[in-house]
Order: sequence, then C-alpha cells, then structure tokens
Amino acid sequence: MRRLAMLAALCLLPLLAFAQAIQPLPFRDRAEELRFQHLSAELRCPMCQNETLADSNAPIAHDLRRQIFEMMQAGKSDAEIKAYLVDRYSSFVLYKPPVEPQTWLLWFGPLLVLAAGGIVVAVQVRRRSRQAPPVAAIDTEDDW
Amino acid sequence: MSRFVPLLGFVLLVALFGFGIWWNTGHDQHEIVSPLINKPAPAFSLPVLGDETQHVSKQQLLGKPYFLNVFGSWCIECVHEHPVLSEQVKNLGLPLVGFNYKDDPKDAAAWLTEHGNPFDRVIVDRDGRAGIDFGVYGAPETFLIDGKGVIRYKHVGPITPEVVEKEFRPALAALAKEGG
Repeated sequence: MRRLAMLAALCLLPLLAFAQAIQPLPFRDRAEELRFQHLSAELRCPMCQNETLADSNAPIAHDLRRQIFEMMQAGKSDAEIKAYLVDRYSSFVLYKPPVEPQTWLLWFGPLLVLAAGGIVVAVQVRRRSRQAPPVAAIDTEDDW
Repeated sequence: MSRFVPLLGFVLLVALFGFGIWWNTGHDQHEIVSPLINKPAPAFSLPVLGDETQHVSKQQLLGKPYFLNVFGSWCIECVHEHPVLSEQVKNLGLPLVGFNYKDDPKDAAAWLTEHGNPFDRVIVDRDGRAGIDFGVYGAPETFLIDGKGVIRYKHVGPITPEVVEKEFRPALAALAKEGG
C-alpha cells in the first residue's frame, strides 16, 4: 500500500513543472494573468532577440516582466506599457512593428513587388498578343 | 531586348542579396540602437558603492561630460574590456562613473579590488530598475553623457581600443566643438 502511494506520488511529480512558471507573479485573478501572458508574448526580449519576454529567461526579461506586472497593477493600459518599453528599447521590442514611415517598406514592400510583377506580366501579355497574328499558332513547336 | 529581362531580374536579385550580406556583416545585429540618444538621461539617484547612505543623482553630475559604464562582477565581457577602460578610456580625460548593474555590492567591491578600480565613483543599481530607464539590457554598456545631462552616445558590448579610436574620440570631438 505504501509503495503504491509512493508510486502515485512519483507519477504526479512531473506536474510540478506546470505549476512552476518561469517567474511566479502574484496575479489578482485569471483574467489579469491572461492579459499579462498575452502582452508579454507580443514583446521581444532585448537580450536574446529571438525570444519573447514571456519565454525568455534572460535577467533583463525577468526585470521587464516584473516592470510590466507592476505597471499593470498600477492600472496602466497595454498601450501605455508598450509605449514605456518603446521609449527605452525602441520599437525593436514590438514583435508587430507599428505602421510608420520607417516601416512602410516592411509593411508594403511585398505589395510593391507583387504590383511590379503584375505590370511585367501585363506588358508581356499585351505585347505578345499584338505581335502574334491570331492564326499563326500552328508551327510554334519551338517558339514560346 | 525583352530576352534580357530574366538576366536583369537575376542581376537585381544578386544585388539585393549582396546588399543583405554587406549590411549584416557591417553592423552588430544584436545591438539595439537606443532611442535615448540625444535625449536627456533619465533622472536617477543611486547609492554609492561602499557607502550606501550616500546617493549620487543626475543633478550632481551635471556641468561636465562623463562616461557611464554599466558593469557587474558577474559579467565576463566586463573583464575583457577592463584594461581598455583603465587605459584608453581613462586617458580621454573624462570622469568615469561606474554603474554597478544587478550585482551584490560585496561582489562588486571584491571585483574592483581584484581587477583595479578605474572609476571616479561607482553607483549601485542593485535590482536593475534604473537600468531599465537607461535602456540597459546587459553589460557592459557605456554611455557618454554631456554637461547638460543629455545622452550623446552609447556603446553596447565590450569596449575595444578600436572602438575608442573610431567612436569615442569622434563623439568627444563633436562635444568639444559645441563647447566652443
């Protein structure tokens, strides 16, 4: 019986990993915790730059999570917290960069390339349809 | 004429990728360009290492430009830049303020005894809160703050003799020019 209890306890041990967040913070309720997780997952850790603040274990990520938590407790909005971080660490910390003149190329560059490709295709199609007589398309084996 | 279009496309792509390689090898990809440059340094009032009853504030340091060097006894790169700080940077003639970042004051004092203390004074930011205001995200980092308390230049990572020549000196020259 005792062995069985031990075994059961051992089986439950891995569950500890779920309970232990990187940094346990005293949230007031579940909604606040979700808001915190959502916000910190949108922000980039300045130190290990391919990790979000939510995932990173770098010392600065620790400090910034604490800062975000405290600002949330002080009633700051998500936008205010983001602005606070951008003022200090530049818009680099935002995983989703704002649409501003500096990032226009980033946001609209792909559209630009698509439009350029479309124009090239349109021009080619037009030119060919003008060049090729409509019925001459019999001996076109080697002519594309 | 139109048969050159694919070639032209290829050449454009080569140029684009070439530019990408050149751009990414030319600068440190991990460096975040601080938005605080040419803005007033954040206000701070931090205890002095060794005598925590004393505080040094931004106001007290106004009047003369100075270097603020972020360091910690836990920081390996700080050991590497230490000789450069003690010689080349010291020789530039500006006060050198140490910003002991997220460190145990005892460890910091021991570290300075072991390696030598190049700083005119050392202030302590034990929990890293003042560091956040400065946009610090690691150590070492070095700021040049002018007499009006404006951040003029920032270097992320260890200082090398090359950085002193190519970045610190021009930044100082720009300051001196303004000063008349």
